[in-house]
Amino acid sequence: MILNRAKARELETAQIGAEIEGRSLWADARIRFFRNKAAVGGLIILILVGLFAAFGQHMTPWSNEEVDWGVLGQVDTMGRPSFESKHYFGTDDLGRDLFARTVQGTQISLMVGLIGALIAVVVGTVYGATAGYYGGRIDNVMMRIVDVMLSIPYMFVLILLLVIFGRSVLMLFVGIGLISWLDMARIARGQTLSIKNKEFVEAAHAIGVRPSTIIRRHIVPNLLGVVIVYATLLVPTMIIFESFISFLGLGVQEPATSWGALISEGAKQMQYGTLWMLLYPLFFFVITLFAFFFVGDGLRDALDPKDR
Amino acid sequence: MNLKAMLTLTAATAVFATASLAEGTHPVTGEKLSDNQTFTYRLLDQFPTLDPQLNEETAGSHVIRDLFEGLMIQDADGNLIPGMAESYEASNGNKTYTFHLRDAKWSNGDPVTAQDFVYAWQRAADPATASPYAWYVELTSMVNAKEIVAGEMDKSELGVKALDDKTLEVQLTQPLPYFPAMTTYATLSPVHQATVEKFGAKWTDPENMVNNGAYNLTAMVLNEYHTREKNPMYWNADNVIIEKTTGLIINSETQALTRYKAGEFDHLEPLPAGQFPALQEELPDEAHSVPRLCSYYYAFNLRPDAKPEIQDPRVRRALTLAIDRDVIVNQVLKGGQWPAYNFSHVKTAGFEMPEIDFANMTQAERDAEAKRLMEESGVKDLDLKLIYNTSESHKQIATIVSQMWKQKLGVSTTLENMEWKTYLDVRRDGHFDLARSAWCADYNEASTFLDLLTTTHGSNDGKFSNAEYDALMLASKTSDNPNEMYTKAEQIISDESAIAPIYHYANTFLLSADIKGWPYNNAENNWYSKDLYRIAE
Amino acid sequence: MLSFIIRRLAVAIPTLLILVVFSYVIMYAAPGGPFDMERALPPEVMDNLNAKYGLDKPLVVQMFNYVYNVVVHFDFGPSYMYKNQTVNDIIAQGFPVTLTYGFWSFVVAVVVGMSLGVMAAIYHNSWLDYLAVGISIGAQVLPNFVMAPILVLFFTLWLGWLPGGGWQGGQWQYVIMPVIALSTSFMASIARLTRSSMLEVLNANYIRTARAKGLPMRRVIFRHALKPALLPVVSYLGPAFVAMITGSVVVDMYFSTGGIGVFFVNSALNRDYSVIMGITILTGALTILFNLVVDILYAWIDPKIRY
Repeated sequence: MILNRAKARELETAQIGAEIEGRSLWADARIRFFRNKAAVGGLIILILVGLFAAFGQHMTPWSNEEVDWGVLGQVDTMGRPSFESKHYFGTDDLGRDLFARTVQGTQISLMVGLIGALIAVVVGTVYGATAGYYGGRIDNVMMRIVDVMLSIPYMFVLILLLVIFGRSVLMLFVGIGLISWLDMARIARGQTLSIKNKEFVEAAHAIGVRPSTIIRRHIVPNLLGVVIVYATLLVPTMIIFESFISFLGLGVQEPATSWGALISEGAKQMQYGTLWMLLYPLFFFVITLFAFFFVGDGLRDALDPKDR
Repeated sequence: MNLKAMLTLTAATAVFATASLAEGTHPVTGEKLSDNQTFTYRLLDQFPTLDPQLNEETAGSHVIRDLFEGLMIQDADGNLIPGMAESYEASNGNKTYTFHLRDAKWSNGDPVTAQDFVYAWQRAADPATASPYAWYVELTSMVNAKEIVAGEMDKSELGVKALDDKTLEVQLTQPLPYFPAMTTYATLSPVHQATVEKFGAKWTDPENMVNNGAYNLTAMVLNEYHTREKNPMYWNADNVIIEKTTGLIINSETQALTRYKAGEFDHLEPLPAGQFPALQEELPDEAHSVPRLCSYYYAFNLRPDAKPEIQDPRVRRALTLAIDRDVIVNQVLKGGQWPAYNFSHVKTAGFEMPEIDFANMTQAERDAEAKRLMEESGVKDLDLKLIYNTSESHKQIATIVSQMWKQKLGVSTTLENMEWKTYLDVRRDGHFDLARSAWCADYNEASTFLDLLTTTHGSNDGKFSNAEYDALMLASKTSDNPNEMYTKAEQIISDESAIAPIYHYANTFLLSADIKGWPYNNAENNWYSKDLYRIAE
Repeated sequence: MLSFIIRRLAVAIPTLLILVVFSYVIMYAAPGGPFDMERALPPEVMDNLNAKYGLDKPLVVQMFNYVYNVVVHFDFGPSYMYKNQTVNDIIAQGFPVTLTYGFWSFVVAVVVGMSLGVMAAIYHNSWLDYLAVGISIGAQVLPNFVMAPILVLFFTLWLGWLPGGGWQGGQWQYVIMPVIALSTSFMASIARLTRSSMLEVLNANYIRTARAKGLPMRRVIFRHALKPALLPVVSYLGPAFVAMITGSVVVDMYFSTGGIGVFFVNSALNRDYSVIMGITILTGALTILFNLVVDILYAWIDPKIRY
């Protein structure tokens, strides 16, 4: 079964590859990605969630900070999701509209997830591939730096960022970016150690291709599969991590919010008959993660250089 | 002296008939006692120490009260009753106190002597001990306390000495009618010198500790639990009913509530904000709300270099008026708190509330007045920075207040939360316009609140300064009728809008219906396991 | 290989020193100190406290004394917050706790995660694949601070099977919920990494050849495919193992286990410098150690790897 499928793909690739040699990898990947139903489904969900974040605010008369004074104090009865009160998702424990808050939280958390994963992919892959490819002392120094960064009490780095630069969304991304790539670098390096002994790398080395070109042209494309899958694993971690950063004061400040904050508030209220406070934000969190995972898997399948 | 007579009388009535205990009924009330005389409760956090002299803030104090008994203790209503001291007399115009100790034993059988108190109190003041509560010894105004803490005099110069094994004499620098009440606090508990010297920092471990209270520490695992069991050597052990008390540390509020409902423990405090009415409906015999002597307020930054608009008393008054405290108390906190229009907690002993003009207005009147004042001041487009430490209820109140200001006065507020220590630092350095603050009473008297707003007080983070106020508070120290002065001081706070008071605390908790003897009327919420008992179902 | 290990262990010492210096500097640069509280302490009291703990000395001297005491006496100093405890006491109490539930979480995460991952890869795009992917995603999307209260609601309040928290020296009924709460997200990550790298290997030429020669599937998987597929999983497991055995603050806080996870976060929030340093060094040493183990495993997985 595997063989047949692979063979079929080989044929496809051969056709496209014959026409435009240089772009075959990407063009081919695109075609194969769009054949993957789960991946396309994931992409559609991501686009819908993105549209929700971008335009959702226009669908409600409430803002994310207005307190509905008629609801405050009796949220468990008056704050239920209802079309009548225009609180489609109900309200939070202070009578603020949960729909508007979810829209605004989605904006923040999508950005956090995407940017965190992006930094991890770019910095982590390049760093790890470099360390792994050069090996020896360079590898040792580079990876010990990662070890140190993995072990320092990170909370103080965040507090210092807050004290020195003040709070801003930019600093939130700096805080996330500083930590997100570390594990990725370790994984990329591990793969590189193995890939660099492969014939095609050794061949490239033998004919005098520069190391930076080898890393870019031969190592990194072979890392992408694992890197993308791991990046999708980082997305939920980053989204939840954001709420810790905000706890310290660096990240998102009231009245602005995020999925992490909404979910954790909802979880605290779980037993008080206001389950919607947990379920709506959690729903968006969950479908987005599913979407990321399927898109990630689709990309992995599509980019797998051996899978052609 | 009257007091002495009264104390002796209290002690006499407190002596129970030992025989009735054996029959399984309570000696006074006659209730049938359960066979299971254990009491288990939840702690929010691990307390830092059980060393009475090193203890700070309130976290471990209730445990220390069970393990160590001071000269005086409190009864269920917060009245002073004899502990280690059978009686005392004051002389020299309340500047000398002589305590007469009862025959009591340490848990290892040694007698408790006046020297033990001298040792403990010197230890509390000694710079080598470095007690964070050394200032408490200074607060008692014991002779030379300040100099000893500052390292200028030897600890042996402290104004306390043992006249003999059973007589302790204390010399104060100023007349302090409430000195005996101060001896209930952990810092002034006795410790067993030989044990402290033998084991050093490890003397509070369960296997090493020697103590004189109603209970012995039998197990302790940090951040998990500790147990204390009845001390057979305690002088009044015959009347101690609860055999074993266990404190479970549960950081998470939701976990604690679930586990309480699962019957894992008997006492849960505090309750999640806003959940008191629902829990009261669900568990009517178990939910309680009692006063707690703490005040919640927003401090205005009154430093000369702070935001100029805030320096205008009209703006401050407008902001204060526009806060609808009834909404905060009745719709957000919902735990029996009091809306606050002044600083000192409404239930502070002897405190007479001043006539605060806006306390009796309707909120609509206050809002109208606030708008008028804002217009009069000519301040427009005010943007305030409100800081608070990260916490669910601070966030809720800040959100609600900022919305009230925005909608009523057009004042916008930037909320900034921070983790605790950063927040303390920022607040102390004055990088704020408004700061969330709260103050809890060290003792049940209004000066514990009002001293905070004197110019030199270390916790006056808004830097309110008013010469008349300072003079009043200074005079109150030696006055026969300080409460009159407190009322005047409150009036100044209100006239100047020195702070924006928000609410006075209440303690909400759940207590199993079969646990009796809880001191609901003790305004300082001081409870002793020895006063509790479990009745049979 | 032996010389490689010796070289790496030699590098570990300067690495830890750099970690100590770096952590010390950022810790002291952060606002607030261990004795700051709501009530500002009078200066004379603050001075006494600083003198007692040596915080009145210059930072370099403090650092030197610290390193000296650690190296010569293996003494990590007294806790500034828990006044009767030393850092050694705290780690001796908390580390066995996190080591226990962390180790079992690791075992569960690896066994379940790898099984799910291999199964999903073998039956790629079949319902078994979707089931395995679904389980692993489902395990990851519920953050552990949501899962922990649900577990207690379920097992303690409704079923009454397990105590809602505590540790009691690690009796099994106290270990189960922490292990579930901690292992799930790691398990999901392992499953997904295993699946993707297994798929990659299964498409490699030599596996196709082996299949074409008619070798039975099971043999192909376990003899030829699994080992190379482990590489990225092993990279992930190094830091993950350290993260698990040094505990999770969520687990410690929600289940009152008294592990070092809660000590670490509390000490950071309370600026209990010596406890922060002690746990940082412990984490650092474990990180270095297990990344070395990972490198050794690499050489076992792919004998061509040279350092």
